[in-house]
Amino acid sequence: MELLIFYPLAIACVVLSMLVVFNSSPIASAMSLIGMMLCLAGVFVVLQAHFLAALQVIIYAGAIMVLFMFVIMLLNLSDDDKQWVARERNLFLSVSAGALILGVLYKFIDITSGTEFNSPAEVPDTFGTVRQVGTTLFTDFVLPFEVASILLLVAMIGAVVLAKSKVD
Amino acid sequence: MFSIGVLGVLIRRNAIVVFMSIEIMLNAVNISLIAFDRYMNQHDGQIFSFMVIAVAAAEVSVGLAIVIAVFRNKPTVNLDEFNLMKW
Repeated sequence: MELLIFYPLAIACVVLSMLVVFNSSPIASAMSLIGMMLCLAGVFVVLQAHFLAALQVIIYAGAIMVLFMFVIMLLNLSDDDKQWVARERNLFLSVSAGALILGVLYKFIDITSGTEFNSPAEVPDTFGTVRQVGTTLFTDFVLPFEVASILLLVAMIGAVVLAKSKVD
Repeated sequence: MFSIGVLGVLIRRNAIVVFMSIEIMLNAVNISLIAFDRYMNQHDGQIFSFMVIAVAAAEVSVGLAIVIAVFRNKPTVNLDEFNLMKW
């Protein structure tokens, strides 16, 4: 039953991410990325990680992608002309990266088709709820939490300084 | 999804679309973390994915600020023309 919800969402994620990469207009790429993040939040809900699904929608699709849209509209980008020729001097890098990815994919399929997936562990009802994630976050992972807040502060200051115009 | 993101980074020349492909890669890592957490009944991966979302927010803001700053001097987002630091 869960698979019935999972498969369309997963296929939509992959199709939308292909659309992000292979689209000529940046605005259409950004909209496909928003759709992909919403489908991914649906996959999170199927995996019973409700708090992270809500976080994904609010932070990722709601704030980060809005920032992307602001920048695209600010820079007033037009559609790109056809340009997925491999960039000059990068042919070796592209081919080697493609070979690496194909190798990793082959090895992965090799490994996973050999092992049997056991049925997933029984998770309690409070697995991905806000209370459980919050408890773990504030007891076991306080230090990364504080460091992340400092990181966000530094990034905010950096972004303001970088994007300021030169009028003083 | 990760390989689609890598493909996007390598192929496209528009700097903004390259950023979006980096976001695809980060999302692929997130889904992998949460899926493994579900199978092993742990909470650590969810916390880590929370940190990944926070770090992604920080790097998107700084990266887009850099793109805007470069755009002021040279009105293009074509990565092939960002060659001020070449020797």
